[in-house]
Order: sequence, then C-alpha cells, then structure tokens
Amino acid sequence: MKKQTDRYSLHTKTIAVFVTITSVIVFMSFGLKNEVTTSSTKNENIIKDSLVSVKAFMEVYKVLMSPRCMNCHPSGDVPLQGDDGQLHISLPKRGKDGKGMYAMKCSNCHQATNLEGLNKPPGHPDWHLPPANMKMVFQGKTPNQLAKQLVNPKTNGNKTLQQLIEHADDGLVKAGWNPGEGRTVPPMSHEDFKKAWITWIKNGAYAPRSK
Amino acid sequence: MITLNINKKTYNVEVDPDTPLLWVLRDTLGLVGTKYGCGVAQCGACVVHLNGEAVFSCVTKVSRAAGQKVVTIEGLSVKNDHPLQKAWMELDVPQCGYCQSGQIMSAAVLLKENKNPTDEDIDAAMAGNLCRCGTYLRIRNAIHLAAEIQRKGGKNQ
Repeated sequence: MKKQTDRYSLHTKTIAVFVTITSVIVFMSFGLKNEVTTSSTKNENIIKDSLVSVKAFMEVYKVLMSPRCMNCHPSGDVPLQGDDGQLHISLPKRGKDGKGMYAMKCSNCHQATNLEGLNKPPGHPDWHLPPANMKMVFQGKTPNQLAKQLVNPKTNGNKTLQQLIEHADDGLVKAGWNPGEGRTVPPMSHEDFKKAWITWIKNGAYAPRSK
Repeated sequence: MITLNINKKTYNVEVDPDTPLLWVLRDTLGLVGTKYGCGVAQCGACVVHLNGEAVFSCVTKVSRAAGQKVVTIEGLSVKNDHPLQKAWMELDVPQCGYCQSGQIMSAAVLLKENKNPTDEDIDAAMAGNLCRCGTYLRIRNAIHLAAEIQRKGGKNQ
C-alpha cells in the first residue's frame, strides 16, 4: 500500500510540474503575440524591447521602400529609375555579380562621383546591385518580410548584427542622400535613419506582425 | 597635362580634367570615328573601350582615362578586319552609319566575353545602343556572323 501511495504521490508531483511549466509557456506566448523576434541576440549587447524595436523599424521601412533605396533592390534583374519605379532606361541587367553585363556594366555609365546636370548618371566608385545569388529584394516586401530578410545572414549579404549596424554608414547607402540633380532624397535625414536603424537592431531587431 | 594611351599611341593633352573623353578624342585629337548622340549616356553612339570595358565617353571624364588603355573604333583593328567589321560589311549593316561605331564597340566587348552569344545575350549587351534607322535586325545577324568568324579563327583584339 505504501509503495502504491508513493507511486501516486510521484505521479501527482510530475503532473503538477508539467502543468506549471505549460502555464508559464502559455503566459509568455501571450506576451509575444504581436511581435516576432527575428535574430539571435546572444553576445550582441542587445536589450530586447519589442515595442520600441518595431516602432523604429516602421521608420526604417519608409526609407528602404523609398526610390533611392528600392531602385537598386528591385524584384527583377533590371534596376529601377526615377521616383515612379520605372525600369532603368536601356534595361541593364543585374548579371552574376550585380555589376551588369557585357557592354552594359554599371560602371560604364555610372562614374565615381555624380555628374553635374539633369538626367546625368549619379555616381559612386562601387555602383552595383546585389548579386544574383542573393538579390536582397526590397520591392514588394511587407515590413514583416523585410525585417526578417534584413537580419538573416543567409539573405542579408552574410552580415552579423554588428555589420548591419555599420551598414548604415556604407558609402553606397549614404549616396542615396546625395542622388544628383532632379532626384528626391529619402523621407528622413540620414542621421534620423541611422538612429532608427540602430534603435531597431539594438532593441532586438523585431519584425512587425504580419497583417 | 594629361597623358593618354589611345589605340596604342601616347598623347599628352592640355585639357581640363573634367572634359568628357568624347570631346578630347574628337576635338583635341581629331579621332572623329566616335560620335556624339545625346551627351547623357542614353544612346551609345560614343562608346569606346577603357581597359577593355565599354564606356560611354560622353560622360567619362578624361581624368578617368589618364594612364589607362583606350581603344576607339579607329583602333579596333589595324586593317579593318575585326570579325565584327567583316560581318558588318558582309551583311551591309549600316544605313546612315552614325550609331555604328558605338554599336561595333559594344558588340566587341560582348564577343570578347562570350564566344557564342544567344539572342538574349545580344539583347543584354546591346540595349544601350540606339539606331534611329532601325538596323537592329542586321546588327543582331552580324553579331552572330562575327561570332562564327571568330570561332573559325578571326581575331578579336
């Protein structure tokens, strides 16, 4: 009898522990219902605050979806041009390395600096699209999709979170704020964009909820 | 003073470093085979080779070409016997001829990088070269013919 009692007691305790653990998991999942953690934040000096992170990303999203950024992150293999998303004149193609093909390589027209005058090609020493094997498409992406793509090294150009932070000061990124005559700049200053970018990442790089 | 290597010859020119290469070629050096069409890299009439790559000389500052290897239509071959030139003559490609220097220079880069281009490759390579006379079909056929000439032993510099 005593052995049976002991067995039942152990059985009861096991059930109690299981129910407790399950309850904790359920309560925690309610807390994370509206945001999704997109990154592993070990060793990255990240303090998780999903609300702050998501709010910052919605500012980042406005910039990344503006023409100066999206024109070189198209869904197809031809860059976009202008402020209305039209295909680039003469239809240059991405090519394997993102630098164009044959007599239509980016640097054949795009010089190291902007050229003066309306409709002249803007410039940077390393003008290019993302490569064919990692297209880093912005065009058509929702905030949720884009955030997840940006923090995944398999889709963001093999960048760590720290490298992502540094990417805000990449020369070609900053060229978006000096686009040459006749082109609009992104909807906020580079300084404000960088602040939002870093805020998003350092608070956990959360992705907004899918709608 | 800017030193230029054009068609294997050395030239020293006194020009503003921001002068488009096109005008140095045409006005300063008298190499008028390269044409002005638009001035904003949208027509391809001005294409020359800079270190083997096609560049639009109307937007390329001469300073970029300093000390580099430039080849114009005049220097594509010594005896006008480049496979493309042979094919162009064989198929009687030009009408007015104005765009043809740029067409040939762009096609030369294609054939250097792709010995057997498809129509899709030709589209990708030649999309920056416009022809108001509409010789596109003959240009395409001539590129295919030039590729065949090249495969049979014609030289592509």
